[in-house]
Amino acid sequence: MAKTVVLERKPLSLSERTYLPQIATGLKTTFSNMFKKNVTLQYPEERPVIPQNYRGVPTLVKDPNNREKCVSCQLCEFVCPPKAIRITPGEVPEGEADREHVEKAPKEFEINMLRCIYCGYCQEVCPEEAIFLQQEYSSSGYSREEMINNKEKLYELGGVVPDKHYKWDKKKKAEQEGNSH
Amino acid sequence: MISKKNSKVVPIVLDGKEVEVPEGINLVDAAALHGKEIPHYCYHPQLSVAGNCRMCLIEMGTPMRNRETGEAILDDDGSPKIGWVPKPVIGCATNVSPGMHVKTESEKVLGCREGIMEFLLVNHPLDCPICDQAGECRLQEFATDYGRGYSRFVERKNVKPKRTRLGPRVTLDDERCILCSRCIRFCQEVPKDDVLGFVDRGSFSTLTCFPGRELDNNYSLNTVDLCPVGALTSSDFRFKMRVWFLKDADSICPESSAGCNTTVSSREGELYRITPRRNDLVNDSWMPDSGRELYKSVKSDDRILSSHIEQNPCTTDEAMVEAIRLLKGKNIGIVGSCKSSLEEQFLVNQISKKTKAKNYIRGHFAEDDGILLSADRTPNLRGALVSGFTQKYPKDNLLSLSQSLGKKQVDALLVIDEDLDAAQVDAANLDGVPIVFIGTQANTTSNRASVVLPSLTSFEKSGTFVNRSFYAQFFRQAVPGPAGILPDLSLLSRLLNGLTEDEEIIPDQNSVWKLMNSVRGSVLKGISLTDVKKEAVLLDSSKWSDLPFVEAKALHFEPIQKVEA
Repeated sequence: MAKTVVLERKPLSLSERTYLPQIATGLKTTFSNMFKKNVTLQYPEERPVIPQNYRGVPTLVKDPNNREKCVSCQLCEFVCPPKAIRITPGEVPEGEADREHVEKAPKEFEINMLRCIYCGYCQEVCPEEAIFLQQEYSSSGYSREEMINNKEKLYELGGVVPDKHYKWDKKKKAEQEGNSH
Repeated sequence: MISKKNSKVVPIVLDGKEVEVPEGINLVDAAALHGKEIPHYCYHPQLSVAGNCRMCLIEMGTPMRNRETGEAILDDDGSPKIGWVPKPVIGCATNVSPGMHVKTESEKVLGCREGIMEFLLVNHPLDCPICDQAGECRLQEFATDYGRGYSRFVERKNVKPKRTRLGPRVTLDDERCILCSRCIRFCQEVPKDDVLGFVDRGSFSTLTCFPGRELDNNYSLNTVDLCPVGALTSSDFRFKMRVWFLKDADSICPESSAGCNTTVSSREGELYRITPRRNDLVNDSWMPDSGRELYKSVKSDDRILSSHIEQNPCTTDEAMVEAIRLLKGKNIGIVGSCKSSLEEQFLVNQISKKTKAKNYIRGHFAEDDGILLSADRTPNLRGALVSGFTQKYPKDNLLSLSQSLGKKQVDALLVIDEDLDAAQVDAANLDGVPIVFIGTQANTTSNRASVVLPSLTSFEKSGTFVNRSFYAQFFRQAVPGPAGILPDLSLLSRLLNGLTEDEEIIPDQNSVWKLMNSVRGSVLKGISLTDVKKEAVLLDSSKWSDLPFVEAKALHFEPIQKVEA
């Protein structure tokens, strides 16, 4: 058993008993802050600067040729820890001029923002670089249904991002330049 | 399956370890028996050996012998000297011989595999994100296990057609094909429909159908299962679901009495595909295409989804009370079904015995294809014999029932999943006869029935089917049934209880099997549910050897030879 030791409290000095020095110290901090730069933002009129690697709302993006990049491989659906993603895969019909060689695209793509934990696994796992957690951070709605982002909304949020690969254009070029059969 | 139990064994030395393997098997199978994987693409245990993929290269040597005397040449330490073949050999086309030495993990072998993988991947499109095979692809697996890990190929890859229609059910993706020729050999050897071949040369070699032909035989989808890569895809399953989401259940195909072993794959209660499961006693690794479509019946439009009294929806309890009221004290005729499981047929027979009812059953017959689609298009006709529901071989009609109805010998009917009109029962005779119908799909009889009790398809319940060779095979539930539908066993045990006020039969497989085992003279004596769940159990069929079974000679099936008196 631990022993209980009673400590005698030191008696307060005269200046401590008047409280005046302490008040003065406090006021000094208050007044010095009046002349410093503001740190609070007037949200929502003012918005913070979002850092580069911020993980905001997951979105679907298109390449600069306005092609959807997602091929509905469903790896994000598989990796998503809270199971927020739900994809209905679909086939791209043959003979669409702007989508040559693309065979598969999502028919529907839903992310439930009430489930999403913004972990970024979907972005990390995506083999087509089609899903990005961008800078949007405030999503709100009046109902649960509203909080499920569908394909249309996801592309609207995502927009167009620069592309390093132009995968389908390369394939078309390879076909035209003699490697076709 | 090749097992260690085979009669004759030969000793070989596998990676420095002495092991015994069955005589006459090849090195790929021999190594697999002892837990060593020799990767291979073109070799398939149930097809002829082509030896064109070169993935199974290994080092092999045999004990050296003096050419003149035939005596073994010994090393300095007295052990036999091994003459190693200077170049690697393919494991699939090399059979074991006594004293053979094999290296499956040497540096040379690993180098070979790396080289072969590199060649196979030269023109591979690497479109795994959209490829249906991803997740069960040999190319993916062996590239990670035995590949180099990076590509040295900087040239442009070939572009080939991505969606060639080979037949009504098979789509070919040319870019992914590694030219292993499994599909070609399958078509030649199993359905004997030689329709596929390679055309063009070098890296432009292409799988194609012969001019004017299509891959449209009833076994075409087996080529999709065979394909070690994603080149052959099922048009039905194409792009529907990624395989890593699918949950597999071991099932038995309910299409015909062949009783193909199948794997039924589902995700979240939704069925996506049926693929064959290897059973060397019954169906090797194949099944007919027509059997793969059957999962669609689960969600079909004519599915009965609730109980009905006089065509008005009601609860199961109400329908059960009404059914018992209609049948009680009557001269019941019971129309059983060859589609029910063995356990269900046994319970139906119990009802029949306790109520002194008359049993009727109809067989469904069509053309036999001599492979895995037998003339008897029901999965469990022999179950009706084994369970004692019928002693006679069913006819393709129910004229005897029609006559009994005409003579007023039967004044109430319990019909299990049968269409009486299609079975040539005179509709006039059915007037005024109350019908209790248990079944999954609506038909003219369910439309006429006084009480309809919905039941489950074979994908939604488990049970036992007895196939054409009298193998009792267990099928497992793949998906839950629609809300509120009771399993057939529960329905039948409640009916039995209501009609006889007897002690209750607990409607689960175990208790029904105990009852079946206790029947005097039953061929199921000494066989437990656990045995059947483990593997196919061959039942003694001598009792029924003089019945006119309709099945013709087929894969793994010999009709019983009738002894002429």
